[in-house]
Amino acid sequence: MTLRTESRFADPDAAYRLLVEAHRKIDPEHGPALDAALVLLLANHIGDPAVLADAIAVAVKVVSPQRQ
Amino acid sequence: MFQFAYRRSPDQDRSSPPRHDVVVVGAGPVGLTLAIDLAQRGRRVLLLDDADRIGEGSRAICFSKRALEVWDRLGVAAPMLAKGVQWQVGKVFLRDEQVYRFDLLAEPGHKMPAFINLQQYYAEAFLVARAGELPGIDLRWKNKVTAVADRGGHVAVTIDTPDGPYELEASHLVACDGARSPIRAMLGAAFIGETFEDQFLIADVKMRAEFPTERWFWFDPPFHTGQSALLHKQPDDVWRIDLQLGRDADPEVERRPERVRPRIERMLGHGDFEFEWISLYRFQCRRMERFVHGRVIFAGDSAHQVSPFGARGANSGVEDAENLAWKLDLTLSGGNAAALLGSYDAERVQAADDNILNSTRATDFIAPHSEYERMLRNVALGLARGHEVGKRMVNAGRLSQPSLYASPLSTPDHDAWDAGPPPGAHLRDVPLGDGFLTDAFRAAGCRFTVLRDGAGPEVPGAAVIDAAASPLFAARYGTRPGDAYLLRPDGYVAGRFRAAAAGAIPAALHRARGAA
Ligand SMILES: Cc1cc2nc3c(=O)[nH]c(=O)nc-3n(C[C@H](O)[C@H](O)[C@H](O)COP(=O)(O)OP(=O)(O)OC[C@H]3O[C@@H](n4cnc5c(N)ncnc54)[C@H](O)[C@@H]3O)c2cc1C
Repeated sequence: MTLRTESRFADPDAAYRLLVEAHRKIDPEHGPALDAALVLLLANHIGDPAVLADAIAVAVKVVSPQRQ
Repeated sequence: MFQFAYRRSPDQDRSSPPRHDVVVVGAGPVGLTLAIDLAQRGRRVLLLDDADRIGEGSRAICFSKRALEVWDRLGVAAPMLAKGVQWQVGKVFLRDEQVYRFDLLAEPGHKMPAFINLQQYYAEAFLVARAGELPGIDLRWKNKVTAVADRGGHVAVTIDTPDGPYELEASHLVACDGARSPIRAMLGAAFIGETFEDQFLIADVKMRAEFPTERWFWFDPPFHTGQSALLHKQPDDVWRIDLQLGRDADPEVERRPERVRPRIERMLGHGDFEFEWISLYRFQCRRMERFVHGRVIFAGDSAHQVSPFGARGANSGVEDAENLAWKLDLTLSGGNAAALLGSYDAERVQAADDNILNSTRATDFIAPHSEYERMLRNVALGLARGHEVGKRMVNAGRLSQPSLYASPLSTPDHDAWDAGPPPGAHLRDVPLGDGFLTDAFRAAGCRFTVLRDGAGPEVPGAAVIDAAASPLFAARYGTRPGDAYLLRPDGYVAGRFRAAAAGAIPAALHRARGAA
């Protein structure tokens, strides 16, 4: 796995807060599109399809109901 | 409309079925290309088509450099270029704003342009005219193949004509009989893939217009809200218009001119045009599992079908034909059929997968499958306004490129190369003498050819081209004096060798000929 899942932000709470506030500022109807835009921008910033594939695999596990 | 005549053949009066080396079924762009290539290699070819005219509708309009290079070798590119419209710029609009622009501006020093637009019926008419010049081709119109049976040593073929049925035998039969291939059905072979749910209206309209000769593609245009549209120029003041209609449109209703006219008036802003052709499509991307079934071989749309975003249908079929022609020729001369025809299958299945992959991605971008996909697509389009990251994700069709074959006929690189087409790639044109490398290749006979940077030893069984005099050759091929490329009869690289390794060329030639 090439995705780094150890915590990398000096202040993870602040990073989390940035996302929360971004969504508070917009119409909830546009929330999914905002996230999609972020995904495309950040995936491009990383620029490595292997990392993206790893992240997708982890994320899919996180959201699939079998996990609970 | 081009009308041809049925003529009774002496084969119809024989007491027992006559034997032909090669029977090609279907005089579309692929069957015609194959027949001409084989005839230029000295083969006699029987070419059968169930119709007797072309021009009912245009279908393909964009022809690639690679297809034009093939046709140049076959002596038909000149009239196509003279009639066709050259273009290289494409623009993509979101609503009424341009979000992306590409320029196919090819490398300098190629004989053929990146693309021309030409009605498919003109391309076919030029090919038919060329076929008529070659005594090796027997083209029979209104000859419909109704049964095909592989008898082991030959293929038994039954043909229906206005004078009734007759039979003949073929050493090899090539089915170029289109996407609905009756021969594929006769063999019971599967044709598997995806059908896209969205419907597209394709219209060719005749009008005088000031639009530039560029490919214009709109997502969600003001004149066709929520769907996509395409506008592209053809010769004779004819314009191709594609309008996405969605999943639920009723084809019978939507193709009526009184229904189509207001849509196109909204798009063009006027009603000063006439219809040449209107058709409605639901596109598919699919292929046969394998293209070689004993003595019956499939090429073109019969073997694989793609949606038109990317202009990969006819162009890839023409590449099938050139790939097969020399291998079939060598097979008929006693070559290793299993290796040669097996490599046709291996190489062209790879190419078909490549084309299906690209066409599917474009079609899915244009017609998203779900609300989520539509949202993601729209976000990518939104990012394309002003951000390079979005622009390069906008996919309104990635235009046809020749494939790189991982081929059993190739000899892998032994030396280090930092430029030039690798084994399995097609030669890259460069200016040479008064013409181009592609001209020299044609003059050398389109056979195995050693392409050298300067002088070097002869290789029995191969022609030689010394390209050292070309101002671009060494840079484009990464050569130093004495280095050589081995080209196959279709112009693909079989192997390449630094001067010190020239002794390996005969073995590479042996391998490229399919010898065990
Ligand atoms: C709207 C649209 C746009 C397209 N645009 C492009 C483009 O821009 N560029 C591109 O490269 N491709 C394009 N294509 C694809 C292109 O038209 C096809 O890939 C191409 O026609 C395939 O050629 P073919 O020779 O394999 O088959 P076809 O052209 O279908 O020819 C098959 C021939 O076989 C004959 N036949 C069938 N059955 C029998 C029988 N039993 N006996 C004898 N003869 C028979 C038929 O009469 C026909 O002449 C487009 C297609 C569509 C629909």
